[in-house]
Amino acid sequence: MNWQLLPQFALTGILAGGPIALIALGLVLIFKSSYIFNFAQGQLLLLGALFTWYFSIELELNLWLSIFLAVAVMALIGFAIERFALRPMTGQPLLSIILMTLGLSQALQGLALLVFGGAQRNFPQIFSAGDPYKITTPLVHEGNNIILILKQNLVWSFVVAVIGVIIIGGFFQYTRTGLAMRATSEDHELAQSTGLRIRRIFGISWGLAGVVATVGGVLLATSSGLDLSLSLVVLAAFPAVLLGGLDSIPGTVAGGLLIGLSQGLVKVSKVPIVRNSAEIMPYVVLMIVLLIRPEGLFGQKRIERI
Amino acid sequence: MLRVNNIEVIYSNVVLVLRGVSLEVREGQIVTILGANGAGKTTTLQAISGLLLSQEGEITRGSIELGDTRIDHRPAEDIVQLGIIQVLEGRRLFGHLTVEENLAIGAVARGHNRRMIAEDLEQVYRYFPRLKDIHRRISGYLSGGEQQMLVIGRGLMARPKLMLLDEPSIGLAPLLVQDIFQAINQINKESGIPILLVEQNAKIALEVADYAYVMETGRIVLDGPADQLAENEDIKEFYLGLTQVGERKSYRDVKHYKRRKRWLG
Ligand SMILES: Nc1ncnc2c1ncn2[C@@H]1O[C@H](COP(=O)(O)OP(=O)(O)O)[C@@H](O)[C@H]1O
Ligand SMILES: [Mg+2]
Repeated sequence: MNWQLLPQFALTGILAGGPIALIALGLVLIFKSSYIFNFAQGQLLLLGALFTWYFSIELELNLWLSIFLAVAVMALIGFAIERFALRPMTGQPLLSIILMTLGLSQALQGLALLVFGGAQRNFPQIFSAGDPYKITTPLVHEGNNIILILKQNLVWSFVVAVIGVIIIGGFFQYTRTGLAMRATSEDHELAQSTGLRIRRIFGISWGLAGVVATVGGVLLATSSGLDLSLSLVVLAAFPAVLLGGLDSIPGTVAGGLLIGLSQGLVKVSKVPIVRNSAEIMPYVVLMIVLLIRPEGLFGQKRIERI
Repeated sequence: MLRVNNIEVIYSNVVLVLRGVSLEVREGQIVTILGANGAGKTTTLQAISGLLLSQEGEITRGSIELGDTRIDHRPAEDIVQLGIIQVLEGRRLFGHLTVEENLAIGAVARGHNRRMIAEDLEQVYRYFPRLKDIHRRISGYLSGGEQQMLVIGRGLMARPKLMLLDEPSIGLAPLLVQDIFQAINQINKESGIPILLVEQNAKIALEVADYAYVMETGRIVLDGPADQLAENEDIKEFYLGLTQVGERKSYRDVKHYKRRKRWLG
């Protein structure tokens, strides 16, 4: 182990976990209201980034306007997916509906390839590409203080992701629509009996998932560049959601950070095979946590009262 | 105000469950539907509230009118907006939400704003002071009686024009049943909300109701003002479980009721 690298990689890992947590929340939004695990979330993220690229680079619009437009387009696409792909399947077994999202993911990926092509693209820099932040720690290694080096991109992506998470959490907790969504997620029939328009609520959660995916996609693309493999980033978000028990916002955030952390920590190792295992770490962590706590870290235990 | 005209309900295109049910609820009344398990009471309420659709049920004959408007074949969401609120059987609540959040849902679903919700809450807490004491608790952990208060309260939050209550007494201790029915009566008398009350507990239902229907296997077999039905010998025998000397009758002894029922039907 290269112990002197531990603080650096732990911190960059956690910071990288921020966007993962945000992306994972997009999945929670849908799962909470409709029990559907959306396998197409990665493609929503990709499309969100591609639209941002298209508006800002191809059409040469202002960057912030481009992001705003991409968010709007993706909200509509989210709505449309619910309306035209999922609503007709109401009443079908849940498994068929989930397979539908798997089908959608492949269709959207193919569509992205057809429309935008498969080339690697320059993505606009959102955050200043200036000098990385340097933090001198009181830890000493070989007579020198350990200095942490943090890219501005990484720090600010984390900050944006945290703000996004807080907005979503506040929306769920304090708005009437958020309350209606939480109620719907518990019992569709009961929600309907109180007069909630549950289909509209499903639509809203898909629209929001599109928005969240776009923000996540833009954050990732701005640090790692944009090509079609961006959609694979959800593979790290899937375990984050499961760690959160699928329906818990704090749990998912913790899951996202934990996964970022685990991916950072393996880089401290001197053994090459461990050092290069960042890609599979999400699943390793997932398996360990599930063995200890099958309902996830913060999953709601079903309240059962006799 | 509510009129159900000779409706027939079929589940999944094959199971005929209601075979021509008619009933009426007038302004300000409490009307009760009595009947054993499986008689079709819940189905009748769901036909009115539109929830039948989500159960794969369909009204295949007859009509339902609220005032002058026909409301059969309308989706449940629209019927709630007309002011008909059904409180489901079994005290179903959003177990992970707090008491106050559960109540708020009743109003949110009708599009009430925050000021209205605050007013509605105050009114519900007047009928059920206990709910105010526990308004921040997670509702899944409440006792049965508290849960029943909560679901009725949630119905009230919608400012209903008509409430449909499905077996509020089920599984509650007798003293609690008294409390709940007292509240139901008070709600009806003070705010004038008409209530259609489905019950197996005929005794308590007949005490608060103005008019009663008796239902068996998808038909209304008997109806009349509640005080008259309470005196009816067959009702006493079969539903109140009393003979002249006050002991429970065996099923064999009430055969004559069944004969008579056929004649009435
Ligand atoms: N969704 C359904 N599909 C098929 N049959 C049903 C359904 N719901 C109720 N039934 C049947 O309809 C009959 C009446 O049920 P219900 O209205 O629940 O009676 P009650 O409320 O009086 O106990 C019962 O025989 C029941 O088995
Ligand atoms: Mg019933």
